[in-house]
Amino acid sequence: MIDSKEIKNITKLTPNKADFFKASSKNHSGKERFSKICESIEESIKRSGLKDGMTISFHHAFRGGDKVLNVVMDVIAKMGFKDLTLASSSLASVHDPLIEHIKNGVVTQIYTSGLRSKLGEAISKGLMEKPVQVHSHGGRVHLVKSGELNIDVAFIGVPAIDRFGNATGYKGRSKCGSLGYAMTDARYAKYVVAISESLEEYPSFPASITQDQVDSIVLVDEVGDPSQIGEGATRMTTNPKELLLARRAARVIVNSGLFKNGYSLQTGTGGASLATTIFLSEKMEEENITASFGLGGITGTMVYMLKRGQIKTLLDVQSFDEFAAKSLGENLNHIEISANQYANPSSKGAAIKQLDVVVLSALEIDIDFNVNVLTGSKGILRGASGGHCDTAAEAKLSIIVAPLTRGRIPTIVNRVNTIITPGNTVDVVVTDQGVAVNPKNIELKQRLKKAGITVVEIEDLYKKAIRICGKPKPINYSDKVVATIRYRDGSVLDVVRALA
Amino acid sequence: MKLRRSMLFVPGSNTSMVCNAFVYRPDTVMFDLEDSVAIEEKDSARLMVYHALQHFTYDDMETAVRVNPLHSIYGLLDLEAVIRAGVDIIRLPKTDTVEDVLQMQEVIEKIEFKIGTDKKTKLLAAIESAQGVVNAVSIASCSDRLMGIALGAEDFVRDLHTQRTKAGSELMAARAQILLAARAAKIHAFDSVFSDVRDKEGFIREAKYIKDLGFDGKSLINPNQISVLHKIFAPSNNDVEWALDVIEASTNAKEKGLGVVSIDGKMVDAPVIARAQWTLELAKASGMLGGDE
Repeated sequence: MIDSKEIKNITKLTPNKADFFKASSKNHSGKERFSKICESIEESIKRSGLKDGMTISFHHAFRGGDKVLNVVMDVIAKMGFKDLTLASSSLASVHDPLIEHIKNGVVTQIYTSGLRSKLGEAISKGLMEKPVQVHSHGGRVHLVKSGELNIDVAFIGVPAIDRFGNATGYKGRSKCGSLGYAMTDARYAKYVVAISESLEEYPSFPASITQDQVDSIVLVDEVGDPSQIGEGATRMTTNPKELLLARRAARVIVNSGLFKNGYSLQTGTGGASLATTIFLSEKMEEENITASFGLGGITGTMVYMLKRGQIKTLLDVQSFDEFAAKSLGENLNHIEISANQYANPSSKGAAIKQLDVVVLSALEIDIDFNVNVLTGSKGILRGASGGHCDTAAEAKLSIIVAPLTRGRIPTIVNRVNTIITPGNTVDVVVTDQGVAVNPKNIELKQRLKKAGITVVEIEDLYKKAIRICGKPKPINYSDKVVATIRYRDGSVLDVVRALA
Repeated sequence: MKLRRSMLFVPGSNTSMVCNAFVYRPDTVMFDLEDSVAIEEKDSARLMVYHALQHFTYDDMETAVRVNPLHSIYGLLDLEAVIRAGVDIIRLPKTDTVEDVLQMQEVIEKIEFKIGTDKKTKLLAAIESAQGVVNAVSIASCSDRLMGIALGAEDFVRDLHTQRTKAGSELMAARAQILLAARAAKIHAFDSVFSDVRDKEGFIREAKYIKDLGFDGKSLINPNQISVLHKIFAPSNNDVEWALDVIEASTNAKEKGLGVVSIDGKMVDAPVIARAQWTLELAKASGMLGGDE
């Protein structure tokens, strides 16, 4: 209820003179016009009101070619900020300079999907006091929406933007394509700084991140290295083992009972996954089957299938290569989706809940079908949770593709170092030495057997791997926890301990 | 008769290939100690192949080793090692005459006697010269250890003063001669490798051609060629249906105590049944009828 006293007060209200009007200029009629464009990253940080102890965020659409995070972190460090929580949707090897910022107390807590390279190694050796919170792509949105991950300032690198904050990923020089992960930060962060290298004329629509979400804009020389953004993703493998795995995975899909008109699929990057897509494409052509949608990280191969009419729609949360990035701006049926629309378990509509088939990779799989995609055989953080557990949980058929051994390292193990995806969400494991079906999936097992696929017990694969490689020495861990594995609903699934 | 469509060449010095070749399921894996191995790696390659042959991963696969010539300092060492390791087939490096085979046979017999094995190591002769092609008929029937003869095209075309072409006319005479020699001696005939691994279409063309000529199989240098080759050697659906009908009819006839039956007016006798059984075996090996490819 509004009483009369309050109504009287309204007449006395004066126009808001908040801080952000300081950056304004007067137009010809004397009205103040506020400019979002800052002179420097430092200015944008000052405007954001960043304080010690706050949470800052970044996204990983530029993958290995990211030029934003390191530059912003250097400025933040120079300005003397301490005790920040860094929430990057993922971290690549290019982000090794973070080690110094952690040592100097600038960053004291990290939320990320992945950790690799020297940073992963340093953290595995106990660099940080607080354990890194490792989340999935869907789980990150859940952590943000549920309030645990409260982003104070989001620094969002974008390939192109107009002066009022309308940004896209498929224009400009450093095209990254979908800004699906950044969209979450733009929507939920208290303050949004957009960093770009290409200024478009206002209004620049359609936009992935829109003017009502962006507080400040900084123009820099470069936000990404185009040659690194999609590096390695489009290469069609000639590795015979990867091709063998791919042929077998495609055969599993074709005989799964789901391979019919209107089915949907998600395949990732990496040799075997990409080749699986190509073999599927051949089989779809042979049997005159079209897919209703392709989901997830989108590659040039998926775009090729879209253009040929083999896939009707692409739902793209992250573009894995330049072909996908370019296509997003050119093809009407290539749709950009946010991480919330992609995989958040508490979203009103995550696309994975409509997904039929997902093909995933693994560093380790154990005899209970649990999958590790994060820690290597030496117990060091060197991978990413990504959408692995999200898609495995929701797709009708989740297929893990991995060689039985890599050099002298067994892939099928008794117990994974780190659980990222629980075994009860995994349906099939395809190796070069046989296909194992989760025992809960009796019908699928029969279907595959009938199709002439060698179906073996996962215990037998494990025994064979050990016979070839020998039993690995257990990793010597200390008690200290260096990373906490958060399942997609926020619960703690596992922990990673420091190496002793 | 054993199925021998694919014979995968694995350089004995390539650790990764030696460790992994079994996963591609060629009908025969052939470790090479000769031309693909550099002089300084001859000893390490021999040692590695010696261990691979005894590893359980190759337990259920036919193994062959191409050894160095007996006149080299490596030939005898190769034989001493791989026969002890239980290799199934020795591929002779270059076979020009009957004597080449007999000499190799003699050395192998001595080693087998020395180690007291009952295993009778088989021989595969590689015909790589004009002289070898001319002598193919006598070579093919000179030893009961000889399971097949194979064309080695690269050396052969050099000897003929020509070069390899996509059309393959330079190999016409040699292929015909080797095939006839093998068939007359009732042993296997293998075609040469197709070396341009990127040219999938060319490989398919050549593989279809040599299959139609009557070759049992082909030497391969890349594992990616195996499934392609097996697909080409797979029987047609019609052939498989025919074979299933033949086996069913003959089984019924046997149960009823009938000697000979006919299908569609054609008599089903022993050779027809044998051909039907062969077709079904090939079908299973090609991933049809519930077999794994």
